[in-house]
Amino acid sequence: MEVISSVRPPLVTGGKTIADVTEDICKQVEAKPSKSWMMGMAISLAVLTVGLYATVMLLWEGIGMWGLNKTVGWAWDITNFVWWVGIGHAGTLISAILLLFRQKWRMSINRAAEAMTIFAVICAAMFPGFHMGRLWLGFYWALPLPNTFGSLWINFNSPLLWDVFAISTYFTVSLVFWYIGLIPDFATIRDRAENKISQIIYGALSFGWDGAARTWQRYESVSLILAGLATPLVLSVHTIVSFDFATSVIPGWHTTIFPPYFVAGAIFSGFAMVMTLMLVARHVMGLKDYITVYHIEMMNIIIILTGSIVGIAYLTEYFIAWYSGVPAEQYAFYNRATGPYWWAYWIMMTCNVISPQLFWVKKIRTSIVASFILSIVVNIGMWFERFVIIVTSLHRDYLPSSWAMFYPTFYDVGEYLFSLGFFFTAFLLFAKFFPIVNIAEIKSILKSTVSDIKTLE
Amino acid sequence: METNKNFVIGVYSDPDQVVKAAEKIIGSGIKIHEVYSPFPIHGIDEVLGYKRSKLPIIAFLFGAMGTILALLMQFWMLGVDWPMIIGGKNFASLPPFIPVTFELTVLLSALGMVGTFMIISDLKPYKKPRLFDIRITDDKHVIAIDEAKNEMDFNKIKSVLEDTGAEEINKKNFE
Repeated sequence: MEVISSVRPPLVTGGKTIADVTEDICKQVEAKPSKSWMMGMAISLAVLTVGLYATVMLLWEGIGMWGLNKTVGWAWDITNFVWWVGIGHAGTLISAILLLFRQKWRMSINRAAEAMTIFAVICAAMFPGFHMGRLWLGFYWALPLPNTFGSLWINFNSPLLWDVFAISTYFTVSLVFWYIGLIPDFATIRDRAENKISQIIYGALSFGWDGAARTWQRYESVSLILAGLATPLVLSVHTIVSFDFATSVIPGWHTTIFPPYFVAGAIFSGFAMVMTLMLVARHVMGLKDYITVYHIEMMNIIIILTGSIVGIAYLTEYFIAWYSGVPAEQYAFYNRATGPYWWAYWIMMTCNVISPQLFWVKKIRTSIVASFILSIVVNIGMWFERFVIIVTSLHRDYLPSSWAMFYPTFYDVGEYLFSLGFFFTAFLLFAKFFPIVNIAEIKSILKSTVSDIKTLE
Repeated sequence: METNKNFVIGVYSDPDQVVKAAEKIIGSGIKIHEVYSPFPIHGIDEVLGYKRSKLPIIAFLFGAMGTILALLMQFWMLGVDWPMIIGGKNFASLPPFIPVTFELTVLLSALGMVGTFMIISDLKPYKKPRLFDIRITDDKHVIAIDEAKNEMDFNKIKSVLEDTGAEEINKKNFE
């Protein structure tokens, strides 16, 4: 029997030529900002301003402005930290792991996803900084500097210090990976630039790129090795973040399932954020031929997969708590689902475990409206996951006399707004001044998709 | 004649055609200076006789350096220079040092390799590139031939390039 495999659908639709790709992506950079961009920017800056007020007040007065008490000593700050780090996982996953698996659909979204990663990691890093109270000292307290700087050597046994190394390495490597990919595209913009200022700026940003075959050969080698390095790195980062909890002896935190469970959750929330941003970018910037329904479907499939892994992890935690026979552990989980924070727990369960299962229906996972709504639902759910893990495990202490509730103040909410405002402002600036799709990579897949399909027709 | 100054360039649109053209040009005894393109062309490095890049080895060496430095740093700081009792545990032991060691391995490997790439490829912010054709970063591929390094005259090179289906054949002089 002869088997003829079906032709894969083209990744870029609309019969684009190579020159069309240059034109479509560069015109976003060259044109005047659109009305919708200006509106988005105005909203982001407004949110950033409110957040900035809260942040300045917090730094001036100290973290007593937060709603923390002696029982709940960690709440919104670390919830936001873990949430942002999680969101920052999709970018490097898309560009590194999907590169190693040769998933070419990543090429339309990897640039924006990497930018998102970098901004999300900056947002995440803000929170431990604020929590240290004196932001300006925090940076060197965490570095391995000699005792003459005021303290002993830093404690390499502490998971909080591992976090410092993990997050800063992840940030640096992601930034380098992203920038290497941007160099050829900056050169494209440089060679099209008509005014002097953009010629100078994009000229400097493109590092004198001339497209020589020998440079391309090295460039591809560098991309592959960076992908190979970034793959274990991306898995290590959330593993180490989960160690912040898992190496403690608090019931509800002290579990060995945390590393894989956190990594799956991170990829889950990261893809949801990429989906939210890309659906807006696709609509506003007219990228429908580059980010097709196929791309959306592929991302949704990853969302079902990781969402289901997270669901299984939740159930496993319950089983282990029961099976362990430890009353404190059992109570921690019983309290999560039925205690005073039951509503947070059930928001988490609904948003993370139940609603992504809708993507099993092909109609829903290829629907743009449904994908957009569910991507936001997932990120609400993932925020509550961290809140549930952190606050419900702490608020009922070992002594019932110290049981307490956590109520956020304006400053808790304000810091969160600050990070959101920063994130969207940075992303909008990126979308306007940087090529949002990887031009050179998209050009390299055009031939194997568009023209083949054309000849078959 | 001075080298690296006067070039003949053939302009092509199709990357597969560039590979075939380069093979033909080399077959007829002409030395190619370099091929310039808007995206990587697979197989062109073999035709031009470029050896596999040694960057993976550089990445490994920097990574190994990161591992060694990270371990030395942690054991020296907590084990030798200023031992501290933390929770009644050993002053220095390997397992808790693994995360930082891993991160520094990746960091040094990535930065070392990318730094090497920048230096050997001469990529720097203040460099003015020598562009053989402004459309190289858009949709055209260029095969550049240094006139001084070839004994053939312009017309002969031109006829070879024409045979390979070049869309345009131009002279390019750099001052």
